Amino acid sequence: MWRPCGVFDDSYVAEMTIVRTWPQRIMTIVGLVILFLMPLYVPGYILNTVNHIAITIIAVQGVNILSGMTGQITLGQASFMAVGAYTTTLLIKFAGWNFWMAMPIGVAAAGFVGIIVGLPSLRVKGFYLALATVAAQFIIPWLIINVRPDLTGGTDTLTVPMISIFGMKLDTQGKLFYVFMTAAVLVTAGTRNILRTRLGRAFIMVRDNDRSAEILGVSVFKYKLLSFFVCAMLAGLAGSLYAVWMRGIAPDHFSLHESIWYLGMVIVGGMGNVAGAVFGVILIRSLSLLVTYIGPMIGGMLPSAQAIAVESGLGPIVFGLVVLAFLIFEPKGLSRIWERVRDFYRLWPYPYK
Amino acid sequence: MDFAIFAQYLASGLLNGGLYALIGVSLVIIYKATKVFNFAVGAMMTLGGMICVSLMTVFGMPIWFALPLAIMASGVLGFFVDKTIMRPLLAQPIITLIMATLAFDSILYGLTLVFWTGYTISFPMDSLPGKVIFLGPVFLSHELMYGFGAAIICFVAVGFLFNKTMIGLRMRATADSHEVAMALGIDITKIFSWTWVLAAMVGALAGIFLGHRVGLQASVTSALAFKALPAIILGGLDSIGGAIIGGLLVGVIEKMAGGYIDPKIAEISPYIILLMVLVVRPEGLFGEKRIERV
Repeated sequence: MWRPCGVFDDSYVAEMTIVRTWPQRIMTIVGLVILFLMPLYVPGYILNTVNHIAITIIAVQGVNILSGMTGQITLGQASFMAVGAYTTTLLIKFAGWNFWMAMPIGVAAAGFVGIIVGLPSLRVKGFYLALATVAAQFIIPWLIINVRPDLTGGTDTLTVPMISIFGMKLDTQGKLFYVFMTAAVLVTAGTRNILRTRLGRAFIMVRDNDRSAEILGVSVFKYKLLSFFVCAMLAGLAGSLYAVWMRGIAPDHFSLHESIWYLGMVIVGGMGNVAGAVFGVILIRSLSLLVTYIGPMIGGMLPSAQAIAVESGLGPIVFGLVVLAFLIFEPKGLSRIWERVRDFYRLWPYPYK
Repeated sequence: MDFAIFAQYLASGLLNGGLYALIGVSLVIIYKATKVFNFAVGAMMTLGGMICVSLMTVFGMPIWFALPLAIMASGVLGFFVDKTIMRPLLAQPIITLIMATLAFDSILYGLTLVFWTGYTISFPMDSLPGKVIFLGPVFLSHELMYGFGAAIICFVAVGFLFNKTMIGLRMRATADSHEVAMALGIDITKIFSWTWVLAAMVGALAGIFLGHRVGLQASVTSALAFKALPAIILGGLDSIGGAIIGGLLVGVIEKMAGGYIDPKIAEISPYIILLMVLVVRPEGLFGEKRIERV
């Protein structure tokens, strides 16, 4: 990391610190307080989107670990989410478990499925591995629909019971917000920390040069599977929370399109950058919220049959254009833009450090 | 085992497989020359088919006029994709290329929703000449017969192009190594444009015949196109002949699995094949053994 001139670290701990100065510490605390007081000053419909963003951040950090850090492409994140969501919901509904007990099992189940899907990475990479995850994305919803339709409801929506914590029912978006946002903040901080451990360095090594990683004693296959495991576990967590948020799940909610959007968010944010993934999720989700407002405005000028078509088509078009624009003009994503902005205000009015 | 039923499964499997083969050829052409895997093929072929429908229903053109026009329009689209999206992303990492085609797929999907709505678009009745053929107890859909025929013609034509013409030779050289091809004076950007045009046209042809059989719907048709992925992996990602044989095999296996095991399993049997091929023999039946393992 770049330091201003004349600032040196005199211990390893200082070198590894993320929040290094007092102003930064104060800003972090103030930022967290403002974030967690959000339900008090934000109207309900925006809070709904904020909750969706928090859930998405968890899933996207998973993609970020697998695709951004380890360099393994996944188009199956939504199917891992489905595993988590269905496992948790079925345990609550049919085994009568508490959500807080069922969720870890859902997360573990998703992680286990992730390892199975990651197995082809033993033999293939690149396009081939992407195709293997596409196959998982088709097979897992099929299994959910067809193996035990009496439990999962087949293609129908499976309703999810309301959850409670310490006897308090989490019945509003404002109350759910605390659960989701806590999870999102913890996951984001955890992902940032993974980067600084042996695990994270091994992931990056596998991405940058798998041969030299193997030579230096990093078992490539082991770390690829671990990466799949972590990625799918985060997806399972996101899926469990999604079930609670939607209060009903159907296989349609976990389609290939969702998986593509998650990968797109990582790209827009900046591959392998933890803060970038958060930016990417916020940008794409805000844009799709914007589209739901602008769509009817454009649609209002057209005959009604056309209006619905325009409204439904606008979202994918905007998403595709944004991702393409980032790929072509700013491949390092929003995190690079953020870096430039930060450098500018740090240095201003001087031309260089 | 009743032979008539077996023959029926075989025949309809082969005919369906013909369409997978066509889509597969479209993918393989691009992969061979540019090492890009075009995930947007589903949306491109949907668009091609829908343009053809609209030319026939809105402008009242007969099929023999609308079909070449739609294919040409798709060719222009392919040219546009290459010039605006793939050119700036030349020699980028694989994940960038995958995401670029996926993003383009998303744009096309949105456009088809805007212009043709999310409902099924059908061709006018009996627009393709001919009737359903009965071969003894086996019935053959004539629409799929056209698709099958088109797949065979494409195979021959593309084979001729790659093996006997100058531009085909240049395409093969480009596929082998971009740098060496450039050093030998081949304008590889021009080759890339040509491959995209060619692939888009083949894809549109598949879309048109598929549309005749089951109608076109923005989300459903592109999901069908994904079944061509197992086909080309089975056949080998860089082999045109492999794409044809893989397509036919996947079509037959899909019908057989649906007929003899469980109708529901037909849907995902191609993906099970895909996973099996990836684990056992990643280069496919006819592909070049050049996959980096690690």
